[in-house]
Amino acid sequence: MSYWYYPGCSLKSNGKPYEESLLAVFRELDTPIWELDDWNCCGATSYMSVDETQAFSLAARNLALAERAARQAPEKGPPRLLAPCSACFLVLTKTQRYVAQHGDLARRVHAGLQAIDLEYQGVVQVRHPLDVFVNDMGLRRIAKAVKRRLNGLKVACYYGCQVVRPFATFDSAHDPTTMDRLVEVLGAKPVRWPLKTRCCGGALTGTIPDVGLRLSEILLRDAAQRGAEMIITVCPLCQFNLECYQQKIGRAFRDSTPLPVLYLTQLMGKAFGISDADLGIRRLFVSPEPAFARHEGGQPAHA
Amino acid sequence: MRDSGANGTPRIGVYVCHCGTNIAGIVDVKAVAEYAAGLPGVVVSREYKYMCSGPGQELIQHDIRDHCLDRIIVASCSPLLHEHTFRNATAQGGLNPYFLQMVNLRENVSWVNDERGPATEKGKDLVRAAVYRVAHHKALQQKKVPITASVLVVGGGITGIHAALTLANAGKKVYLVEREPTIGGHMAMFDKTFPTLDCAACILTPKMSAVKNHPNITLWTYSEVVGVDGFVGNYKIKVKRKPRYIKEDLCVGCLECIAACIHKEARFPDGFNQGLSKRKPVYIPFPQATPQLVLFDPEACIQLKSGRCRQSCAEACDRKAIDFRQIVEFEEIEVGSIILATGFQAFDASRLPYYGYGLYPNVYTALEVERLINASGPTGGEVILRDGRKPKAVGIIHCVGSRDEKTNRWCSRVCCMYSLKLAHLIREHTDATIYSFYIDMRTPGKGYEEFYDKLLKEGVHFIRGRVAEVSDWSRSPEEEGKLVVRVEDTLVGTVRRIPLDMVILAVGLEPRADSQEVRRLFNISCSTEGFFLERHPKLAPVNTFTDGIFIAGACQGPRDIPDAVAQAGAAAAEALVLIDAGHIELEPNTAFIREEDCSGCKSCVPLCPYKAISFLEDKKKAWINEALCKGCGTCAAACPSGSIVQNLFEDEQIFNEIDGLLSELAPMLFT
Repeated sequence: MSYWYYPGCSLKSNGKPYEESLLAVFRELDTPIWELDDWNCCGATSYMSVDETQAFSLAARNLALAERAARQAPEKGPPRLLAPCSACFLVLTKTQRYVAQHGDLARRVHAGLQAIDLEYQGVVQVRHPLDVFVNDMGLRRIAKAVKRRLNGLKVACYYGCQVVRPFATFDSAHDPTTMDRLVEVLGAKPVRWPLKTRCCGGALTGTIPDVGLRLSEILLRDAAQRGAEMIITVCPLCQFNLECYQQKIGRAFRDSTPLPVLYLTQLMGKAFGISDADLGIRRLFVSPEPAFARHEGGQPAHA
Repeated sequence: MRDSGANGTPRIGVYVCHCGTNIAGIVDVKAVAEYAAGLPGVVVSREYKYMCSGPGQELIQHDIRDHCLDRIIVASCSPLLHEHTFRNATAQGGLNPYFLQMVNLRENVSWVNDERGPATEKGKDLVRAAVYRVAHHKALQQKKVPITASVLVVGGGITGIHAALTLANAGKKVYLVEREPTIGGHMAMFDKTFPTLDCAACILTPKMSAVKNHPNITLWTYSEVVGVDGFVGNYKIKVKRKPRYIKEDLCVGCLECIAACIHKEARFPDGFNQGLSKRKPVYIPFPQATPQLVLFDPEACIQLKSGRCRQSCAEACDRKAIDFRQIVEFEEIEVGSIILATGFQAFDASRLPYYGYGLYPNVYTALEVERLINASGPTGGEVILRDGRKPKAVGIIHCVGSRDEKTNRWCSRVCCMYSLKLAHLIREHTDATIYSFYIDMRTPGKGYEEFYDKLLKEGVHFIRGRVAEVSDWSRSPEEEGKLVVRVEDTLVGTVRRIPLDMVILAVGLEPRADSQEVRRLFNISCSTEGFFLERHPKLAPVNTFTDGIFIAGACQGPRDIPDAVAQAGAAAAEALVLIDAGHIELEPNTAFIREEDCSGCKSCVPLCPYKAISFLEDKKKAWINEALCKGCGTCAAACPSGSIVQNLFEDEQIFNEIDGLLSELAPMLFT
């Protein structure tokens, strides 16, 4: 199977390690992905509350581009659009849902697209990497790619608020498990974590830091209390909030044990034996090396 | 086409009902009656406030005599409600009751229109159609069919037990079929009952014994109804009897076999105790199980699984009651009526992961706590947690799987009261602080509100708010190692975190998982949520749309014990009314075949949903058994030669009705 890839702004900027590791992991799993040509902003951030029609049209342009790309290259299969960033995934799936259900909005969006010679038919499937790993590739195939098992490394799988709520159908909205199952086949041990879909603070870390930082602190402290050696996430904003503010949080809450925050694909890459350089590991502020080192010396997967 | 039918010129009486303001509020009833007076054959036309009242019916009877009427039209409500009433009135006046035709001015006109002018015109049109039709009605006779004077009761919970005993005490033969190895149902699992706090077993077990010992009751436990054939008064029932691997006539319930089982330890989850204790492969569900018989679990017994056990149980049995070669057996019986009392299932709390059932060992369902409190339960009546501690703080969460758009929308009716009862009992058994998280406290019932009042004085903390989550996420040393309930306290107006040792989920009541299959087996209906549907929610609450089949208890909707028992009595009375008559009268709106026109094509035979049509090989003609025919009309519509006629729906009647309807509309339609 192959996928069209919609990076969104984050994976080209502060989420660069996510893109690097994602591409490396897909390469390792022999699954081609093609970056969509001429993609634009998904319409997340505050656009939705400023002008709905424009925000939906912006998102729909990306969907229309994916459909056109698939039409022009039928050998690459039906239009499946991989959206690794949680905010992009949410906005794109929301756009599909709203255009399908609200005729008036659909007419405005279609008219906008028509003006730039594009058409959105609603055939493109927006897919999240968690869904693709578990349901398209399957855990068995992931397990086969493991070269260095993670030997009981304790991780807290953090889904964040946007991946499974409210539009995703591939996992439970209240108690998602796809990431837990994935890290288990890598040899890691997910801690049981009731806060796995709780808010990381989102944009509040910048706008109302008192509230935003406290929300991040709750997650960091509770994950550490449960013995997690790192937090694993699939969202660039969650990763940014949880990792980059750790010093500030430490000062504000007198709690300063650093906790690495990695992207799921970085952890997969480590288990697949991909080099740190290819996974963007060195771009992280809190080094995961001590945690990985504690579990080194374990047997290779196929020993 | 406007001939006057078989009896010469008809003499028709038309009666337009006001139904208070139900009809008269929208339809100009006076105008309709005056209009009807001018229609062909109409001798008398009147309007009256309530035609269904005594004086209304007498009006019809007097007119039949005084004006020599031979056809009656009542323009009122749906025939479902009052056709029977007006047929009776017609018969009392000395006419054949099938010379009556009803016009539905209420459900079909006044309730669905809001403009007086057009509504009145529609009323006139419908009355005119009836006038044209009724002239062609024929005198028909009801047919009598004898009835089998016995009743099948399905389900041996408190509802089925009470219905069976009521019928048996009235001298009727009853077959009570229960799927589980013992009767008693959910009630047998409870410790005390609200609001009186009498011991559930003390009031239930005497009735269970009475069922076992009653000469008029045949009790088949560990059995299921698998076939239902026939019709009201004459149902043929097939019952599957699962093997216990015990000869029921020999076993005396001494339980020696359990002690002698090769499994020294009990290690299989005990379903009656909700899995909180273990049992052996050979077991008895609980001490007062009725019948007092052991049974073998084929999934656990070594002999039944592999055939290689030294059968120490059989050696220990003095009476040689153990028989590992037992197989499924079937019984066939005939009954006149059926009462379904198949009960409910408790909501599966693991469907709501944010309440932590199945994740945290100290989150329990209410049914589990009933067993913990019960003296014959897994802890001998001590309220202790799975880790052996006695809880110091306990929370009860109401409405789990009730009043929730994502799971079940209905109120389960019993949870508020059983939660109050559990709060009281836990205070009796422990010195724990108790919190009750409720949305609304619903305590309608005799002595229920008073019980709530008592609990308020006992010092239970009532917090109004739907709980958001139960987790082990601690934010302070006091919360460490505890279950933390996060809830919006809507009376204080703040979000609270409450650390607890034990959380009890007041799970709702829902239809059994196989209610659709059961519904199909007995040919009855379900409401959208899956509970069995009553014929009328107010006036026929235990009847179904299938004659002779009644429903009672929680299979019809969430119910507490007093209501379930009341319904059981009502269903028993309905069944008695039916079978005590000795015969049933069948509506004459059945179909018959004009043999001379039947070509013997057999098209109708497979179409009949009631298997009422057979093919007479000697005559090469089809034949309809009128006792089985329900008058659905499928065969009459399908017959290519038009040889099938259905009483009350003859071509002549239908075509004249259409003519009547169109006769004054036609100019409007075609000009």
